[in-house]
Amino acid sequence: MSPEHIIEQAKRAFAIAKKDIRIYYAKGPVVIFGLFMPLFLFLAFAAGNRGLSMPFLISGLLAMTVFFTATAVSPVIQPWEAQARTLERLIACPITMKTLIAGDMFASVLFGIGIAIVPLGIGLILGIIPIHPLLLIAGIILASICFSSLGLLLSTPATNVPSNIMMLSSLLKFPLIFISGVFIPVEQLPFVGQVLAVCSPLTYFTDIARYCIMGTNTFPLPVNFAALTVFSVLFTALAVRLHARTVSRRI
Amino acid sequence: MKEADHHQDAIIATNLRKTFADIVAVDSISFSVKRGEIFGLLGPNGAGKTTTARMLTGVISPDGGNAAIFGYDIVHTPIRAKQRCGVVPETANAYSDLSAWQNLMLMGELYGVPKHYAEERAKTLLGALGLLERKDQKVQGFSKGMKQRLILAMALLHEPDLLFLDEPTSGLDVQSTQLITGMLRELNDGGTTIFLTTHNMEEANRLCNRVAIMRKGEIAAIDSPERLKMAIERLHTIEVSFDPAGTDDKLASLPGIKSARREGDKWMITTEDVDSTIHAICAFGVEHQLKIEVLRTLAPTLDEAFLRVTEGGSYEP
Ligand SMILES: Nc1ncnc2c1ncn2[C@@H]1O[C@H](COP(=O)(O)OP(=O)(O)OP(=O)(O)O)[C@@H](O)[C@H]1O
Ligand SMILES: [Mg+2]
Repeated sequence: MSPEHIIEQAKRAFAIAKKDIRIYYAKGPVVIFGLFMPLFLFLAFAAGNRGLSMPFLISGLLAMTVFFTATAVSPVIQPWEAQARTLERLIACPITMKTLIAGDMFASVLFGIGIAIVPLGIGLILGIIPIHPLLLIAGIILASICFSSLGLLLSTPATNVPSNIMMLSSLLKFPLIFISGVFIPVEQLPFVGQVLAVCSPLTYFTDIARYCIMGTNTFPLPVNFAALTVFSVLFTALAVRLHARTVSRRI
Repeated sequence: MKEADHHQDAIIATNLRKTFADIVAVDSISFSVKRGEIFGLLGPNGAGKTTTARMLTGVISPDGGNAAIFGYDIVHTPIRAKQRCGVVPETANAYSDLSAWQNLMLMGELYGVPKHYAEERAKTLLGALGLLERKDQKVQGFSKGMKQRLILAMALLHEPDLLFLDEPTSGLDVQSTQLITGMLRELNDGGTTIFLTTHNMEEANRLCNRVAIMRKGEIAAIDSPERLKMAIERLHTIEVSFDPAGTDDKLASLPGIKSARREGDKWMITTEDVDSTIHAICAFGVEHQLKIEVLRTLAPTLDEAFLRVTEGGSYEP
């Protein structure tokens, strides 16, 4: 088969994802930014707002952990590779930028999906069983893709210092938590907040999670799924273009 | 994977150019490397060797000109061009969190090598490079020489037709260096074309069929090592030592001597006219009542050719 063939490139993307998972699963940022941070935010919020129902909190925690985890790994992979001096060897391989991005994204998506087990498990222990489990799984997968592509977009600045990228992405990620209905329902936000909420991909996943876990929703379900899809396509296309331009500046 | 095709040239570079801000790193260079050749790119620090190698391997894109690897344009058909190449970059690491074996298998997957074949190749290569017992250890604990050998194994896993090496032996001990150069020679005998950059003239002299000497982004000379040496033949070196050793600097002012510099207890003298210089040295010895301990003429080395071409080292007295 020609090395340019899409199936051949897909296999190579899978190899990249496998490598990413092997290398990054135990690294600090994944665990700290993906799991502990949302958990502590959640605990702080749950302690301060005794009026909120457990299903509301669990769906918020789910949205947060998937969002934080999927955006934790993908932005730092390339700076990390550049710093570890493995990037030059990697891009000398017969793979396209799309393949490289797809591989990194796939790894990040798997992390996002995997981490979802934690909040769902906590929910189950507390007796919260999702009403629409299949829809929830679909939502988690789509959201992981969307957030991973956002993460990749965040890593396009040509810096080789992973912590710089983490700072930059935290700057964007934390505000999003507050306008995306995670802790405060979108309906209760001021008008400006509602406008911003519409622009945040996290809003739509939070809404899907609420619907699937407790049966309430702000937007129609198809709108939620469509929005996540559009964001995914947009972020991915942008990430591929920008990375193709910046990757040679990293080495 | 081997592919039957009929391109005579493994590399054709035409007016390749790369600038970084206001630095012209590579200034419109053109050259070609024939199939089956070992081609060396020499040059002082900052001459643009690495930048050239990076453009040829498709790691950075040229600002001007183009390059073809077995007829595949590196900018327009990068995948096909890269598929044929093995690359050992100047400052590259294997993944230190993975084992040597995992690193090799990753390369196999990235180059589309069937798994069972990749495993066989990996075993052979690790064996040949003396890494077989360490194959399941993380690369983190490897020494510099072991890492470099692993990087070479990774570049060779898919049996490339063309191998790029950017200073493959810099900083390695004699054993590792010999292991690597021995392997390169063997590969070349088997038909692999090799493009390498190096600072080591002796290595280039022994290994390369042809060398290009780069200076400030340009190719200053390109020829076989023998011919490059011959080009400077008119400048000979004479080595002489006297007893007692403390000779004054009058030696340098003898007629016909271009330069004379001390190296330990010896004098290294360069001249265009060996005959009259030797006579002058003997007369000098007699005149100053010095016993000549050693007197010999040295053939020019690639080092000297290199220094001449790059004008890096002046013949300081
Ligand atoms: N990424 C980069 N950004 C800015 N300048 C660069 C970059 N890479 C190379 N240069 C510049 O280009 C010139 C050529 O560098 P290059 O690394 O190709 O030299 P070299 O011949 O490989 O040197 P050495 O023998 O030290 O490895 C140098 O002046 C260097 O400073
Ligand atoms: Mg270099």
